[in-house]
Amino acid sequence: MNILVCIKQVPDTTAIKIDPVKHTLIRDGVPSIVSTFDAYALEVASRMKDKDKQSRITVLSMGPEQAKNALKECISKGADEAYLVSDRVFGGSDTLATSYILSGAIKMLEEKNGAPFDLIFCGKQAIDGDTGQVGPEIAQHLDRALITYASDAVMEDGKLKAKRESDEGYDYLTADLPAVITVVKTAYEPRYPSLKGKMAANKAVIPTLTSQDLSGLDLAHCGLKGSPTKVRGTFTPTHEKNGQKIEAETGDEAGRTLVKLLSQAKLIG
Amino acid sequence: MILNEQSMELVNLVKEFVDNEIIPHAAEYEKKNEFPEEILDKALDMGLGALCLPEELGGLGIDNVTMFAIAEELARGDLGIATTLIANCLASFPVLIAGNDEQKKMWFDIMQEKKYAAFCLTEPNAGSDASGMQTTAVKDGDDYVINGTKCFITNGGIAGIYTVLAVTNRAKGIMGLTAFIVERDREGVSIGKEEDKMGMRLSNTCEVIFDNVRVPKDHVLGREGRGFKYIMQTLDHSRPGIGAFGVGIARRALEIATAYSRERKQFGKAICNFQAVQFMLADMAMETEAARQLYLHCAQLMDAGLPYTMEAAMAKTKGSDVSVKAALDGLQVMGGYGYMREYPMEKLVRDSKILQIYEGTNQIQRSVIANQLLKKIK
Repeated sequence: MNILVCIKQVPDTTAIKIDPVKHTLIRDGVPSIVSTFDAYALEVASRMKDKDKQSRITVLSMGPEQAKNALKECISKGADEAYLVSDRVFGGSDTLATSYILSGAIKMLEEKNGAPFDLIFCGKQAIDGDTGQVGPEIAQHLDRALITYASDAVMEDGKLKAKRESDEGYDYLTADLPAVITVVKTAYEPRYPSLKGKMAANKAVIPTLTSQDLSGLDLAHCGLKGSPTKVRGTFTPTHEKNGQKIEAETGDEAGRTLVKLLSQAKLIG
Repeated sequence: MILNEQSMELVNLVKEFVDNEIIPHAAEYEKKNEFPEEILDKALDMGLGALCLPEELGGLGIDNVTMFAIAEELARGDLGIATTLIANCLASFPVLIAGNDEQKKMWFDIMQEKKYAAFCLTEPNAGSDASGMQTTAVKDGDDYVINGTKCFITNGGIAGIYTVLAVTNRAKGIMGLTAFIVERDREGVSIGKEEDKMGMRLSNTCEVIFDNVRVPKDHVLGREGRGFKYIMQTLDHSRPGIGAFGVGIARRALEIATAYSRERKQFGKAICNFQAVQFMLADMAMETEAARQLYLHCAQLMDAGLPYTMEAAMAKTKGSDVSVKAALDGLQVMGGYGYMREYPMEKLVRDSKILQIYEGTNQIQRSVIANQLLKKIK
């Protein structure tokens, strides 16, 4: 199996604070991490590789040079090789331009390998932008089968079997290869890097793919120029305190008050 | 000494693992009296059970400095877990010292498949004095037949393969001891009593019984009659690791005691403001660092190919003595709370004590140091 995992390096959003005066994100000193759902995607892929040791995992990212640190982290966790797409003309890309450029990179890698990737993994969304669009757009650009929001996936008889949580329970979906799959939080945590993986990551040379390497791309569809999304403004949502605190001597009394209030509001019958 | 960048990265990775996976859960396993298999499986996946696996056999090829620094981190998390993992190295050293290529390959293949290995030296009547050894190996055609009981064997009950020291020629005393490789699944190998220990409770310590166990002669490590020498070399090599374990425990005791002294208020202020407490913490910190430098220096000598017998005994003795003192002083800083099982300090007291005993008591270590000294200064 030839597997590709697309990842994004993001600031650790759990460590980000908002400037109370300027309402902007304070990014100084915030560590960069592999976006959480991408890390789960890599773990699902790695588990497939655990079962089929012949499998090969390639990791792909787009971003500035420092995103190579995130790619190295993936290598320390068992990925075989990694590529970074990076070029000034790609800067400012929205999801449409990003997925277009990544698809171009994937086509280039597939041409180099002489075969399409059997599976392309993405996280369901990046934890900074939260759009959830790039994975499905890659499937569209490459015209591949797509399964979104999988919480687990395995290979069975040469087909991809994925599990997806729904309101009614679980959906079990099957897709022929090649396919694209986006992953949510899994029931298991991503593995720790092995010592050997860490040493391999230190030595790994990660090639940078520029617009010159991806000659098939139409630059009009890349970067700011190729991005129809326009950010008109940003704001911090205000937290309104319109809750009501019920204070009573006993839990029993408080419960009765709560039921009374809810039925007055016609929320319960 | 200062660790280089590459060593530091590996050590930090292990520290992260210890902080997230060992420290939050070790007490719970101990309370339930359960072997921490889940934690150990994750550690094995990271490669922590095969730190001494040579590079040519697919191992890390890390130097001794890095290996022992990793041992310190593991012991800071839990001594039982650290001992379980590092016992794989202890058991492997005789193979690395005296084994041929086929033996090395067989040894490490089995160790990695079955997860654990064990070093079978101690017997009920042969502790510090190996000449009291009762286990025998008698040549019979192309085989040896081993009979005897080994006790206090770390990983004894969980190992897939053992290094075993046995008497092949009693008349020759310690020159009549031979080292063998014995697989767990050979007929006649069985596990006896599992020990109920004061500390280090997350490790498996068992009797291992050899009852007419037949091994082919290609299971002899090195030359017949040289076993004692290989075992002494093995213990020389492993001793700085015990020093590193001691440093790990002392560091943890210092961390806990320092944090507690900031929180605990008496006479209107945090007790870290009192010199009586400050001096205890300062001594703990100073002694811990001194012990660290001793084991690192010894590891550096090893990596440089220089003699290190005396330094290994020093590192072991200092590290273990420092850990017992630091754990006791840490407990003292915590007062009554330190004495309670609800808090993590009493465990460090129970755990640290074994370091003054196993892999050669500190009394034996001092004899080793004195012997080396008397050789050097005439």
